[in-house]
Amino acid sequence: MPATAASAPQDNPSPKLIARDVNVYYGTKHALQHVDLVLNSGEVTALIGPSGCGKSTFLRCLNRMNDGIEGCRVEGSITLDGQDIVRGVDPILLRARIGMVFQRPNPFPKSIYDNVAFGPRLHGLVSGKDELDEIVVGSLRRAGLYEEVKDRLDAIGTGLSGGQQQRLCIARAIAVSPEVILMDEPCSALDPIATAVVEELIDELREKYTIIIVTHSMQQAARISQRTAFFHLGKVIETGLTEQIFTNPREKLTQGYITGRFG
Amino acid sequence: MEPHIVKSFDEALNTLHAQVSRMGILAEHQLGLSVQALVDRNDELAAQIVQSDAEIDALEAAANDQVIRVLALRAPVADDLRVVITALKIASTLERIADYAANIAKRSIVLTAMPAVPTVRPLQRLGKLVQGLLADALTAYHEGNTELALQVWTRDKEVDEQYSGLFRELLTYMMEDSRNITPCSHLLFVAKNIERIGDHATNIAEMAYFLATGGAIEGARPKNDTTLIHD
Ligand SMILES: Nc1ncnc2c1ncn2[C@@H]1O[C@H](COP(=O)(O)OP(=O)(O)O)[C@@H](O)[C@H]1O
Ligand SMILES: [Mg+2]
Repeated sequence: MPATAASAPQDNPSPKLIARDVNVYYGTKHALQHVDLVLNSGEVTALIGPSGCGKSTFLRCLNRMNDGIEGCRVEGSITLDGQDIVRGVDPILLRARIGMVFQRPNPFPKSIYDNVAFGPRLHGLVSGKDELDEIVVGSLRRAGLYEEVKDRLDAIGTGLSGGQQQRLCIARAIAVSPEVILMDEPCSALDPIATAVVEELIDELREKYTIIIVTHSMQQAARISQRTAFFHLGKVIETGLTEQIFTNPREKLTQGYITGRFG
Repeated sequence: MEPHIVKSFDEALNTLHAQVSRMGILAEHQLGLSVQALVDRNDELAAQIVQSDAEIDALEAAANDQVIRVLALRAPVADDLRVVITALKIASTLERIADYAANIAKRSIVLTAMPAVPTVRPLQRLGKLVQGLLADALTAYHEGNTELALQVWTRDKEVDEQYSGLFRELLTYMMEDSRNITPCSHLLFVAKNIERIGDHATNIAEMAYFLATGGAIEGARPKNDTTLIHD
């Protein structure tokens, strides 16, 4: 098994998403409090922290998935390339630019081909069958799945192994050429080999995308990200280069969490 | 430091710490005794020192195994990682220090078989100084005392000064009377060994500083050795 190791962080990163003083409420519960965070293109940013600290809530802010949650209110500013995305953009169009991969692989009960073709069709990105074929094959290739499924593109997506399904979901996400990919614990349902394959894929995708990944595995965060943000009780306690966070964190709370001293 | 949620992790780190502590006590003791054996021309003591070296070697091997186990099973990060890495480096440094002490003891046996030369006092002084630095470096390591670590680090130049003085003194004895050449060459090596132990004490101080802060002691190391090439 090839050991995955994250590429080095960039010298002059360019900010893709900027969150300023973001507050999220579920009814009266103040789930995210004054969150400031910059997410750079060409980098993987890991969001870590104990369960319930607001990682998924933050991720959902980035592609407007909180919109559908009853009683949820988002305040503050989040910009994508300078454009405000908290208000005033069409969430459907936004989601073509910001794709998401979930914890449990969730392919549609359709063929492998149709799973990947779904987004481009929905967004009317293609003019003909040839172009669609090209996008499907290209996306499967970039997701590192094509060689394994090229002879059975008509087979049902849910029939693949867990690791393959997750890579299918990644292929589905990148088929619409997003600029940002959000991943909420994408490997927590995968075995170590499938995890290593997905981690290697994430490192390859890093160059072309802005990737934000929530993970409960400290080692995974250390392996695949260039930057890490530590969340605790709805606040961002510390952000920094992953190497710095894991060798010499500034905050006692961060240190306590990553070394397993509080739960 | 707060305990880990997984108690056996703390136990593993405590074991490692105990191994390195024991090595530190032994290595410092070995240094003191080796200079003592030399000054007193005590062959029995010298033989004992040479023998005790095996215990330190065994402790180092055990500490190595413990480090590998902790790295493989616990994947330590942040301050935990520094605890493990510094323990590994200090254990290997202490093993080297004990080797030097054993070498001094061996030379002491050779020297005792020859007529006495008058220079053992300054050697004793150098030995005391270095033993003190080693003790301070180990204290700095155990207590996380960065001030003390810095002190050891800057005081290494005193060792170099004394060593340079001794070097010149031994040269004059050798020039005075060629019969002094053999014993004085041995003494020169002994002085060199003690000086090297001083360097290692400085390394331990650097490790102690790194353990406590995650950073390196800044600035160039003070050097005052005027014997030029002596490495
Ligand atoms: N739909 C919701 N309705 C009410 N409270 C929610 C909802 N989703 C999350 N929360 C609360 O918001 C906080 C943050 O949750 P979440 O973002 O899921 O944390 P994480 O992903 O870090 O585990 C938690 O206290 C959680 O109970
Ligand atoms: Mg979550």
